[in-house]
Amino acid sequence: MDFRSKSHFEFLGLPESYQLDLQRLQQAYLRLQAAVHPDRFARAGGAEHRIAMQLATQANEANRTLADPARRAAYLCELHGAPIQAETNTSMSSAFLIEQMGWRESLDEARESKDPAALAGLDRLLCDHRSRLHVEIAQAIDLDHDYPRAADAVRRLMFIDKFGAEVAAAQDTLGA
Amino acid sequence: MALLQISEPGMSPEPHQRRLAVGIDLGTTHSLVAAVKSGMAEALRDAQDSPLLPSVVRYRETGQIEVGQGALDGAIEDPRNTIVSVKRFMGRGLIDARRHRSPYTFIDSPGMVKLATVAGERSPVEVSAEILRTLRLRAEAALGGELVGAVITVPAYFDDAQRQATKDAARLAGLDVLRLLNEPTAAAIAYGLDHGSEGVYAVYDLGGGTFDISILRLARGVFEVIATGGDTALGGDDFDRRLAEFFVQENALDELSPQDLRRVLMAARRCKEQLSTQGEAVIEASIAGRGLLVTLVSAGQFRAMTADLLDRTLDAVRRALRDSALSLSDVAREVAGVVLVGGSTRMPQVGEALAQLFGKAPLTDLDPDQVVALGAAMQADLLAGNHSGADPDWLLLDVTPLSLGLETMGGLVERIIARNSTIPVARAQEFTTFKEGQTAMALHVVQGERELVADCRSLARFELRGIPPMAAGAARIRVMFQVDADGLLSVTAREQSQGIEASIEVKPSYGLSDDDIARMLKDSFGSADVDMKARALREQQVDADRLLEATQVALEADADLLDAAELDDIGQQMRALRAAARGDDSGLIASVLDALSRSTESFAARRMDRAVRQALAGRRLDDIA
Repeated sequence: MDFRSKSHFEFLGLPESYQLDLQRLQQAYLRLQAAVHPDRFARAGGAEHRIAMQLATQANEANRTLADPARRAAYLCELHGAPIQAETNTSMSSAFLIEQMGWRESLDEARESKDPAALAGLDRLLCDHRSRLHVEIAQAIDLDHDYPRAADAVRRLMFIDKFGAEVAAAQDTLGA
Repeated sequence: MALLQISEPGMSPEPHQRRLAVGIDLGTTHSLVAAVKSGMAEALRDAQDSPLLPSVVRYRETGQIEVGQGALDGAIEDPRNTIVSVKRFMGRGLIDARRHRSPYTFIDSPGMVKLATVAGERSPVEVSAEILRTLRLRAEAALGGELVGAVITVPAYFDDAQRQATKDAARLAGLDVLRLLNEPTAAAIAYGLDHGSEGVYAVYDLGGGTFDISILRLARGVFEVIATGGDTALGGDDFDRRLAEFFVQENALDELSPQDLRRVLMAARRCKEQLSTQGEAVIEASIAGRGLLVTLVSAGQFRAMTADLLDRTLDAVRRALRDSALSLSDVAREVAGVVLVGGSTRMPQVGEALAQLFGKAPLTDLDPDQVVALGAAMQADLLAGNHSGADPDWLLLDVTPLSLGLETMGGLVERIIARNSTIPVARAQEFTTFKEGQTAMALHVVQGERELVADCRSLARFELRGIPPMAAGAARIRVMFQVDADGLLSVTAREQSQGIEASIEVKPSYGLSDDDIARMLKDSFGSADVDMKARALREQQVDADRLLEATQVALEADADLLDAAELDDIGQQMRALRAAARGDDSGLIASVLDALSRSTESFAARRMDRAVRQALAGRRLDDIA
């Protein structure tokens, strides 16, 4: 009855897992919005309109959270008592830190030499890394239910997404 | 069925009686009103058979107010009291208003600038309300009845202040706003429903004073805006100004009088329009002390002097494409079509530049002046509840154009809602106190993409008081931003660490309080208090009818969710409201109205619960898909 107490998965009627059929998510989201969007209740009474707005808001939040892999994984970790705390918890393995530094140097060099090919290479590297992390997170969450381990991978994924945005910005400035 | 006993004979509305609802495009240069008549959206015309109403309001010394072509004709002889392009001043302060040369006397006033006229100080909201009122009267005459509501379009890139001002103007004009609709989205509705289009579309909307770009995905009756961008201070007017400046330079003119300035601007616009179809044209204007001056301009010169304006729009297009995660290198394949909206897209250089950027010729089959109003009329018809099972149905999912945030230490912006978030959206963030025993906290709400508060637009400042004194950093203040489906913001702040609640909710108001609106309403009715009372009563009767009708519809669909006692209670309240609405005691109507809406609260929640279950079971999918 009270939708606010439902998880995003329950709210959209989807199984709770990291591996998610995005097409099914989109379908469930649109179906729900079609039923609850405030435009459906433009002439309804105040109570109905207000509830419609709450539900439509919740549907948007659920879709935003579940459609993005890093957000979805972070949400699952949080549901299972292993919050990401991206701002306070920055502990990462030294191997990953060394790798990070290497990437940052490559980005600086590519920026300086205005080398679109180098940026594209870096972009591919991040993509590969991302796919590996997805596999790792899926394993940790869906099979092993090891949420602290998943949270650790999610922090790395978030870093890569952030760094990827910087690479994309550099590509934009080069007009690539 | 039990329901039939609740409805008294002759009191329930005819099931297929059409509710009169219109779409209004409140434009910088001109405005339109359109309605769906026998299944087709069409622009409603004035007595001279023109669909376009010049967005011009002239205040006369006699107290008379002229709107439209008649007012425009007076723009040269009486520039100070003839307000053109008032849309540029909506929700704007003095500094913004003075950015361009214009013949008006501005008065600084909190939140929004005012204009000095012979009729006294006028807010841009009041000026816009005159335009909207004229359109309302036109529509009521054409459709033969009172309107249940209107969808008013706004540029997608309008910020919160500009949206709120538009809604206030509609209220002042006696219109019930069913929805504020973004102009490109309205155009997409008109195009999408006309052509049954599917795929990703870009809508490029260059109007008289504003520019919008929206990227939408159309699929099976869903219009999903993926990204939007633009500039609310860039439009055809700016192209006119370039020509006017050229004319001033060529003829070595100094300060122009307000009359001369208006004359030159109007001549510049004529010249611009001619340059859309011919290689050269003249700017021709009589200037006090100089006589008739004529300056020849070639299309090439015009393009060169306005190239930077066009480039600014193209930069916004590229950013919107990036925001929608579409690849710029493969844009021809990813974007199914580019739609041109707004009279300024008649300049050939616009279509050429877009054809080059998108790798395909833009779509222009619908009149770029009318397409927004037509889409708004379709949406108004849908929202008014005129569609039955057989009619096409669609869902609009729009986004916030600009990021919303709060000022934090050091003049930095903490972003709370990112631009291009699908609305309605709510997001909260926790803040804390930084001083020992701090009992109040100042909150400054800003809108914009920059990191520094100084570079963003300030929307509201308010203070949360009554925080229980505790150590620095111990208080937990949760600030919630909520943007509704019209794109309007409200902010709530609440201290929640100790259960002692201090909370505040604000809707940014931009200097127009409810009292201001009440005063303006009163002014617009003369001083006749009776009119005000009659109007308030009428509004309450309309509210009562609406709630009765909504309850009736709800009962017809879902009465099985109620037990006998609840059903009986609601039935009694409905009868009481019906009886009260027939009388003229507005206090009584208000209290019975309130009682019925409270009795139906839990019914509403149960109905929504059922709707969600049905949606997830897929039963309603076929309706929309």
